[in-house]
Formats: sequence, C-alpha cells, structure tokens
Amino acid sequence: MELIQQLVNGISLGSIYALIALGYTMVYGIVRLINFAHGDVFMIGSFVGFYAVTMLGVGFFPALLLAMAACAVLGVVIERIAYKPLRNATRIAVLITAIGVSLLIEYVMIYLRGAQPEAYPSTLLPERNLELFGVVISGQSLFILGTSLVLMVLLQFIVHRTKIGKAMRAVSHDAEAARLMGINVDNTISATFAIGSALAGAAGVIFGIYYTKIDPLMGILPGLKAFVAAVLGGIGIIPGAMVGGLLLGVIESLVSGFGYSLWRDGVAFVILILILIFRPAGLFGKNVREKV
Amino acid sequence: MATWKRARGFLVSVILAFAFFAVVEWLIVSGMLNIFYVNTLFFMAINVILAVSLHLIIGITGQFSIGHAGFFAVGAYASAIMTMKLQLPFAVGILAAGMAAMMAGLIIGVPSLRLKGDYLAIATLGFGEIVRIALLNIDYVGGASGMTVTHMTTWPWVFACLLVTIIVIANFTNSTHGRACISIREDEIAADAMGINTTYYKVAAFAIGSFFAGIAGALYAHHFYIIQPSNFGFLKSFDILIFVVLGGLGSLSGAVIAAILLTIVSTFLQNYPETRMIIYSLVLILVMLYRPTGLMGKKELTSLFKWRKATQGGMNHGSKNTVA
Repeated sequence: MELIQQLVNGISLGSIYALIALGYTMVYGIVRLINFAHGDVFMIGSFVGFYAVTMLGVGFFPALLLAMAACAVLGVVIERIAYKPLRNATRIAVLITAIGVSLLIEYVMIYLRGAQPEAYPSTLLPERNLELFGVVISGQSLFILGTSLVLMVLLQFIVHRTKIGKAMRAVSHDAEAARLMGINVDNTISATFAIGSALAGAAGVIFGIYYTKIDPLMGILPGLKAFVAAVLGGIGIIPGAMVGGLLLGVIESLVSGFGYSLWRDGVAFVILILILIFRPAGLFGKNVREKV
Repeated sequence: MATWKRARGFLVSVILAFAFFAVVEWLIVSGMLNIFYVNTLFFMAINVILAVSLHLIIGITGQFSIGHAGFFAVGAYASAIMTMKLQLPFAVGILAAGMAAMMAGLIIGVPSLRLKGDYLAIATLGFGEIVRIALLNIDYVGGASGMTVTHMTTWPWVFACLLVTIIVIANFTNSTHGRACISIREDEIAADAMGINTTYYKVAAFAIGSFFAGIAGALYAHHFYIIQPSNFGFLKSFDILIFVVLGGLGSLSGAVIAAILLTIVSTFLQNYPETRMIIYSLVLILVMLYRPTGLMGKKELTSLFKWRKATQGGMNHGSKNTVA
C-alpha cells in the first residue's frame, strides 16, 4: 500500500515536471535552444498566483489563468529581447545568454522582494481525501493531476488541430522552408514561447499548492529536473516530455519512499547522464546522424 | 634564431614573474599589504587558475562544460581529507586534489564527451550537481556543515600553482596537442577526417582542465578555513564560465584579465550580493548580444600590444608565447 501511495505522489510530482518539460521541449524543438530561464518563468508564475490569491483574493482557477497569462507575456518578452537578436549566433552564445537571463530574473526578484520564502495559502483546494482499496489519495493530488491532464490535452489540440500549431510544427521541421511557404517564423516562435511559458506558469501555481513553500530560487531545481525529463522523453517531442516528466516524478518518489530522500535530487542527474550515454535521442527519439 | 627568441621571451617572462612574486612576498612579510588585500589577491589567483583551466576546456577545445565547480569541489575536499584526516603535508594535499579532480574528469569525460554542445553542457551541469549532493550526504566529510580546514595557503604556494597552471596550459596550447584541440574546436568532423583522435584529445583537455581546477580547490580549501557543499553549487560554475566568456572564448590572457577584473568587482560588491548577481547577469547578456567574442576575442594580450608586455605584472607572463 505504501508503494501505491508513493506512486500516486510520484504521478502528481511528475505531472508538474511534465508541464515544465513541455515548455523546454517545445522551445528546443523550434529554435534548438535550451531555455535556462524556463525554470524562472515557472517561479514567476508561482509568485503571480500567490499574489493573485493573497492580494486580489481570487480562487484557484482565476489565479491559474492570471499566472499563465503573465508568464506567456514574460516568455515573449524574454524571447524578443534576449533570444531573437541571437537567431544566427553560435549555440554557445545563445546558451550563455539563456543562463544570463535566468540569473537576471532570479536576482531581480530577490532584489525586489527579498529572498525569504512565502507560504502558499492551503485553502485553495478542497481538503478532502479519497479512500480507494485502503489507499488514501489526497484530493489535491487528484486535482493537480486533473489540471495538468486538461492542460496537456489542450496543448495537443493546439499543436495538432489549429493553424498556429501547424505553423509551429512546420517551423520546427524546417524554418527556412516554412518561411518560404509564407509562415511568419518570428511570430510562430513567439507563440511557442508564450504557450510553453504559460504551461510553466500553471506548473508554478500547482507546485505552490502542492509544496506550500515558494521562494525566488525555487525554479532552479525543478527547472533542471524538467529539462532532464524532456531529455528522457526525447527533446523536441511533446508526448516524450509528458512521459519523461511522469517517469521522473515516479522514480524520485520511489527513491524517497525507499528511504534515500536525501539522494532524491541526485537521481535525476544520474538518470540524465545515463540516458545521454546510452540513448541520447531519448526514449521516443530517433537517432539522427549528423551530415557534413 | 626563432627558437632563441622564443626561449628568451619565455625566460624574460619567468624572471619578471619571479620579480613580481618577490615584491608581493616582501610586501606581505613586511606587513605593508593588509590582510584584506592579501585575501583579495589569493582569491584572484584562485579564480585565475579556475578560469585558465576552464579556458582549456571551453576556449581551446570547444567543449562546453558548465560543471567546473564540481571538479573544484572534488579538489577542495580531496586536499582537506589529506591534510585534515590523514595529517599529510600540504604539498601532498595539493597533488592529491589535482589527481582526484583529474580522475573525476576522466570518469565524467570518457562517457560524456561523446555528446556534443548542449547535451555535454547539461551532462556536466548534472555532474556538478551530483558532486554537490554526494558531498552533502557523506558524513565522513561533514555533510551540509562541511569541513573545517587549517589555514595553510601562503603566497609562495599560490604563486607556484598559478605559474605552473599558466605555463602548462599556455605551452599545451602551443604544442601539437594544443593545435589538435583547436582543430576540434573549429570543426570536429573535419578534425576527425584529418586523422586526429578527437576523443583522445577531448578527454585529455578535460582531464588537464579538471586537474588544475582541483589544485585551485586545494588552495581555496586551505585559505577559507571551512568548506561546505553550498560553496560549490552551480552558481560557482557560472562564475567561472563568466570569466572565460567575458575574457573571450579562446584567449588565455582574456580569461586571466576577466578573472582579475571580476574578482575586484565582486570584492567591492561583497555586501550587495543581489546587485552583484544582477550586474553579472546583465553583463553576460549584453556581452553576448553586442560583443559575443568577449573582451579579447581569440587574441592574446601579447599579440595586441607587443611593447606592453613588461608592464603587465606577473600574472600574464606565462602566456607570452601563445597566439591561440
């Protein structure tokens, strides 16, 4: 029973990772950039949700929407200011800029409000537990899982059934050809950043409710782990990010469940190195040979 | 003739470096340099060693490693174990630090150097985090509270390590092996096609870079009385990365200058850590947007102004013959 409990925890945690990982994967798929600032967009989302609840007194869903909207704007601003001028720069230059943006967001946040943590209000979601075959599942976990699933389905719908989704797929396949076909590549990239960042914002609010404690540096570790999840599933592949996130969450919970909770943070990176060595394209990826 | 000229240049720079050493030693012994400046100087030297060692990996070989603090940590802890737990002399500690970090470099380098670009960056970042988390969980080295270390780092040790690091890396860059590494940076596939054993050279550069990062770790551990895993987080890796990038990827003297300048800046901003990080990150973004080649590009100080060699102080002299 203990095991099932851990599995449920793992899936809740994993759905948060999956939401963040989706942003990483979408951005990587379209501009081949590891957006290090993504973890910090997640942090900002969490804070926007927090302030919406405590200052405006709104409920869970308005707070979630507000956080998503704010993060979408933030994502587009970051993309336009920091990444767009570097479209043709070397990979290292872009990666370093991403690291710079990440540090900038973190420390501007600390500068503005201090580094002290905040406690998320716990009354946002109903405190009812569900008992199923002797396993106690908290209503929160189910709610979190439900919200993430709805968002993921929505994302699948956007990517596969809408015009902008079609443009995104086209640009990620071949940006030059897409441009020749009359697709506005810059707008498509911005849209990708907006959608990915909105998902990270939602993940931020959910994370706040689940862990109740948020602080300006909270985005670093979940951000890195979500990246691991994206690599695990095959970076650039949307279903891969979902599966990778859930898998990583479950593995982490199992590791803590077996009494190695202090090593929990290390496991993600061990998985990362193993997956990079044995299957760099990820679980869902195809191995592409480099051509000269 | 050319050989003599180069040898002479080398000798002159070593002599100048020793003159610099003697002057500083005299200032310290006579008490004219107060403890604050001595601390800053040591910290500067440690940062220069770190910057130069990472320069070999990123600037010369083109392998994007952002887990350098991991090797730094391995060195710091290895030397602390040697001197504190096993009561061995400091020299053994320094050597052990270098060796341990090199082993770590080999262990992480052999499998992960098959990866390229972003993936390698992430793998090394993961490695740095694993080292930190492992140190946090090993009770033998004190866990989160860290280890207390006696102060043993003195100016002669710092200077010797600094000089050896710069000479070895400058000469390595100039050797056949260094050229091979540069060719990997420029185009790995082409280098492979030219018959260069790219894996071998990548691992070699990685191992040498980690070795010197370990030595910097030993100096650091025996200078600051206490080492804790939190000193070696990935912000530290970024600090080192910023030295190299700001100095110019591929320029040894650039890395040295950037390390010196940024150490001074961060010493002044010590009481305002947030402001320091904001400035750091803004500089990083602006440099990448407007001058992606960094301060020096791929040039060396010596190739810019030949005549200013003698006025540059001891730090740069090892790099005198390098035109990477």
